[in-house]
Amino acid sequence: MLPATLCAQRSKAFEGSRAAYRKAVRKNSGQGEQNARAPHMNEQRLEQLREKAWQEGVVPGRGVDVVGGPIPRKPGYYGEPVVKPPVWTWEVPLYFFFGGLGGMSAVIALGGILFHYLDLARMAIWTAVIAGTVLSPILLIMDLGRPRLFLNMLRVFKHRSAMSMGAWILTAFGMSAVSGLITLELYAHHIFPDAPDQFLRFVAGIFVFASAIFGSLLATYTGVLIGATAIPAWFLHRTLLPIHFGTAGLGSAAGLLELLGHRIAALNFLGFYAAGVETVLLIWLSVAKHGKADHAIHEHSSGWLIRIGEVLAGPLALVLRFFGFIPWAAISFLAGALVSRFGWIAVGKVSGVDPESVFAAERL
Amino acid sequence: MIGEGTQSTNQRRHTYVQDRVQVGFFTDPSVCIGCKACEVACKEWNEVPDDGFTWTGNSYDNTGHLGASTWRHVMFLEQDRPKGNQIVGSLGTGNADPSAVASAEAEDPFRWIFLSDVCKHCEEAGCLEACPTGSIVRTEVGSVLVQNDVCNGCGYCVVSCPFGVIDRRPEPLPDAGGAFKCTFCYDRQKSGLVPACAKVCPTESIVFGRLDDLRARGAERVRQLQDNGYSDAQLYDPMETSVRGIHAFFLLLGEPNDYGLPSKPQVPTIYLKSAWIAAFATAAISITATLLAFAFQ
Repeated sequence: MLPATLCAQRSKAFEGSRAAYRKAVRKNSGQGEQNARAPHMNEQRLEQLREKAWQEGVVPGRGVDVVGGPIPRKPGYYGEPVVKPPVWTWEVPLYFFFGGLGGMSAVIALGGILFHYLDLARMAIWTAVIAGTVLSPILLIMDLGRPRLFLNMLRVFKHRSAMSMGAWILTAFGMSAVSGLITLELYAHHIFPDAPDQFLRFVAGIFVFASAIFGSLLATYTGVLIGATAIPAWFLHRTLLPIHFGTAGLGSAAGLLELLGHRIAALNFLGFYAAGVETVLLIWLSVAKHGKADHAIHEHSSGWLIRIGEVLAGPLALVLRFFGFIPWAAISFLAGALVSRFGWIAVGKVSGVDPESVFAAERL
Repeated sequence: MIGEGTQSTNQRRHTYVQDRVQVGFFTDPSVCIGCKACEVACKEWNEVPDDGFTWTGNSYDNTGHLGASTWRHVMFLEQDRPKGNQIVGSLGTGNADPSAVASAEAEDPFRWIFLSDVCKHCEEAGCLEACPTGSIVRTEVGSVLVQNDVCNGCGYCVVSCPFGVIDRRPEPLPDAGGAFKCTFCYDRQKSGLVPACAKVCPTESIVFGRLDDLRARGAERVRQLQDNGYSDAQLYDPMETSVRGIHAFFLLLGEPNDYGLPSKPQVPTIYLKSAWIAAFATAAISITATLLAFAFQ
């Protein structure tokens, strides 16, 4: 037997679902709580039944299959989900956003170092460290069911688990980006005399190169993470997702650095490039429909988050940039990249609870 | 076969763990009486907390679905399809005219099916592949086990299970935050005991035993049922998909989808290749585009 206090605590926790049930009954009846009935059931129906019994001597019934009874023709087993929807909350899409932003900032930092834009490189590697190695791990740990065990992520290396690969990519990125930041700052402040200073620049270049490699993977692996799952709306778009997440990361990084005052042609080009790719992806997404299997994307309201995100990051950012409204284009892209990440997680939740999506995906 | 009673493998001690023998569950709805003893035994033995007293309205099933705190789930299917050559109700005297039975069935075909659902313990397990902590392991007997003290609750196994079995336990239940599913009573098996659900099953609808024995037994049972008019009896053991067979397999009357089971379950690792190619290509193109942008400005 459980202690009474525990029982009370638990039953309190399910108060929510009972309230939801009562609400559903109220909604179904449309006549308030005390008279909860199927919508077509009223006094006329009873009179109709009596008339039929009087006239014909028998009323054909369908056993337990009363109208509105427990055999509604729902797909699968009473419409119960076949696969489980993701348990992830707001931390995960936000992590996707900051991971993409931070990871691709390191790529821009590499360009800055190689082509002698020292201030841009420093700003970019700062962005990479703050977004990619401070905010991202915090968000990831917050999302865990047992945050204190987060280090267990590094117990094993499993190339067949995108989550394990992601944990290692994030770790490698963090180490190289922080090392790159320290060496680059030491170089920028010319703390050492000439010869060691040049060597420091070389070392910083190596670290930033490594962080660019891991950063580009940090931005794209998240697409693999949700693409290689049992959720139909996700795995049907498993090639689109890494392209979208990676490109959104690159455009966000370029846009943020532009907003921070680095208005150079290279970043403007990257802004055009990212917005162009996102426009193509928007078209791809609206062409590559899989009927019922991914209708969460094309019909459900959560799909609108993805589309709004893609319009903000794609055509709108492209047009704004074309007409020279660069800060607005950057803001539009950043907002689009953020909204669409939330959209993809929301779509996963809708698709995951829908048995028809799973069955339809099997028939594709 | 059915009715072995105390002689059945469900009631005997064994050394499968020590001998590293592949074991399994064979669950047969044609003899299930829907008593839910398996659900109760599972909850009590494994000390699984209650997860709410909700009324689903789905026949006599108020359990709903498998989850973090439901490791056995008895399904109650109501179908307007004829039974096999089974004589029931007022006609069920044993000497009833078969044509009368047939015509009664044709008028109002109805059947009530119970099936005790459980973690399938896949040959290629999506949850096991996905787990980034190594918390989910394969045991000596071929079952898939979550080590509760290692799991940090990342939730990736939840979306990687093609059967929607494993889930993360929410607050305020005890041990919240971790992922849970059927353990195949690994603790009991190590001591030579049979899993709790199989031990209590009064009709041997759940049978525990050597996997090869059970597969032979399942095939024979399907033949037997088909000979007796259950033309849609089939085994549910997806060997031809990437899951490559399941250790807890089922006999089904009708289609898998009616039981909320995917007819072609796939382990999500098959999607990795194309997704990683897209990821690596995007990473390489992004770096190239950035360097080109700086080079040509």
